[in-house]
Amino acid sequence: MGLDRRNFLKTMGVAGFTFLAGRSLASDLPDEADVEFKALLYDSTKCIGCRACESACAEANGLPEPQDEMTAGVERKTTETQRCVINAYAYGDTEIYSRHQCMHCNEPACVAACLTQAMYKTKEGPVIWRADKCMGCRYCMVSCPFDVPKFEYHSPNPIIQKCDMCYNRQKEGKIPACAENCPAEALIFGTRRELLAEARRRIAENPDLYQPIIYGENIAGGTSSLSVASVPFEELGFETNIQKTSYPALSKGFLYSVPSVFVLVPPLLLGIYEANKDKNLEEEAHD
Amino acid sequence: MTNNIITVASDNDGKSIWKFFVGELKPRGKWLTPFNIISIPIMILGLVLIVIRFWKGIGSITNLTQEVPWGLWIGFDVVTGVAFAGGAYVLTFIVYILNVKKYHSIVRVTVLNGFLAYVFYAGALLLDLGRPWNVINPIIGNNFGTSSVLFLVAWHFMLYMLAELIEFSPAIAEWLGARRVRKILSSMTIAAVIFGITLSILHQSGLGALYLMAKEKIHPLWYSEFIPVLFVVSSVFAGLSMVIFEGAISHRVFFNQISEENHKKQHSILMGLSKICAVAMFAYFFLKTLVFIHDKHWNLLMTPMGYWFLVEIIGFVLIPMFMFYYNSRRGNILYIRIAAILTMLGIIINRLNVTVIGFKWDAPNHYYPSWMEIVVTLAVIFTEIWIFRWIVTRMPVLRDSPKWVHDEK
Repeated sequence: MGLDRRNFLKTMGVAGFTFLAGRSLASDLPDEADVEFKALLYDSTKCIGCRACESACAEANGLPEPQDEMTAGVERKTTETQRCVINAYAYGDTEIYSRHQCMHCNEPACVAACLTQAMYKTKEGPVIWRADKCMGCRYCMVSCPFDVPKFEYHSPNPIIQKCDMCYNRQKEGKIPACAENCPAEALIFGTRRELLAEARRRIAENPDLYQPIIYGENIAGGTSSLSVASVPFEELGFETNIQKTSYPALSKGFLYSVPSVFVLVPPLLLGIYEANKDKNLEEEAHD
Repeated sequence: MTNNIITVASDNDGKSIWKFFVGELKPRGKWLTPFNIISIPIMILGLVLIVIRFWKGIGSITNLTQEVPWGLWIGFDVVTGVAFAGGAYVLTFIVYILNVKKYHSIVRVTVLNGFLAYVFYAGALLLDLGRPWNVINPIIGNNFGTSSVLFLVAWHFMLYMLAELIEFSPAIAEWLGARRVRKILSSMTIAAVIFGITLSILHQSGLGALYLMAKEKIHPLWYSEFIPVLFVVSSVFAGLSMVIFEGAISHRVFFNQISEENHKKQHSILMGLSKICAVAMFAYFFLKTLVFIHDKHWNLLMTPMGYWFLVEIIGFVLIPMFMFYYNSRRGNILYIRIAAILTMLGIIINRLNVTVIGFKWDAPNHYYPSWMEIVVTLAVIFTEIWIFRWIVTRMPVLRDSPKWVHDEK
């Protein structure tokens, strides 16, 4: 078998590369190709403001049933005991509703911020929090542009509370409790790709009703929590001062400079030190 | 008294080490000093508050909210405290790398200050952790969140503490009279210095980089992608101002520790330090101006936050910069010390503007630290000063090394 030098090197190169990058290339790629990000699509125009999703969420996650009243114009927020909220806004005679929960970003700031990998982006899409890893530094809260993670300030053993898109239910083959219990089909669950297509279809078929924006399609690099509505999102309490690109990219430049500094600064310092050593000898001679 | 300590430290070879430690642990000097009378109650109160914090949760003694999860303990204790500890890496660079002998007499006390600052401010960080028992996770390696700036900062804190301990360790060996150990430890100094400077550059900037992802939460006059660079440049004059300030106090309080020769050197050292401060502050001011012009925030200048920005830049960077510059030529020590205090106030203001004052500046409910957070912070600082005083009165930090060190050279 004639294996010339060029081919030999090529083979070695490929083999070497596979060996170095092997684990991630060989094992993850086929798996990840099979799995698509799951998502939730909330259609404000269909929501009847019954708050069944709030109750279902509380029940599914062992949290207290939400007791506070929903008043039009009052912005309720998720808390350390409530993972999602429905808010009402008065428009003439009617009310328009909005729903808030964790956005499950494609590239989550909280996950990039977490130094213990307690915040974790699953390959199915949900961003989950793992108690056994978290050290409670709250850097995820500082970094999240949507202020989603909530911390138990009055507990000696505090947890971070946030929506995990019912990850455990998803593993059992069920859908998130909120989507399952929505009587108006205002909240639907599916793959992110399907739901984006569905949202686009609704907007295209009914351009007079819908705002021409899917909240979550692009902001923060894209999220798995998608919303469509009939009025501008900033009027419904949605955070609109959010950049379109991903948040972890903001600290990428700094993190990438670290290896360079680590490799280049010590030899530089050593060089300066060696260069100045002679002065040392000279002065000692003078003593 | 001073002579007595030196003899104990140098001649204890034959003595029982246990007796030596017990002797050294005993308090020295007067007991009822004004500092003790103020600090002891605050330290006790701080301890009580810390117990409450671990019993009832962080919210029981802090005003932190879901929107502002990092307050005084991070913004002041950690971010500002570490900037003040920057003097150690600057001085070790000057003394060990550039081989400028003039500053040798203050390098030990600065390294000790830096080391204690890291120990106590990283310690204060533990108070702020909700689940501190999991702090081992990023250390032992089962959960490396390598994409996190905080991961980098945490590791650099730990490694830098080690580097500073090595840099300081010859003083401990001299105190114990351990000659051979001293020789081994002092041979590690250069490696520790090089490693320490590299780590310092990275984590001083890293503290700023922590806030890079909070882009919309920080007031645009303070948020910039150059926060890391601005933080590392300002840590140079923050650290040196601390050295000047701390030196002014040490020279009064520990007067009899310092040899006559080093007292005389003091003047020339101060002039040199203030020149370095002036240059570093000019670089910082220049960079800050570039960032400001580049970000095109002229319209924000005429708002209350804009005035506050100008106060910080003119009052606490430009003015002390000129004071450092002119008085380094005229040799007016008093003005240099005032400039150092202004610079330190400016650093406190700057770090708090990024971390607390400008963080969620537009939120309806603003965060103000509770009195209990302030007491805990003061208790941490006082405890540090107590330990510092204990070490300085026992080990050769400000005073010269025992005679045997010079004999062996």
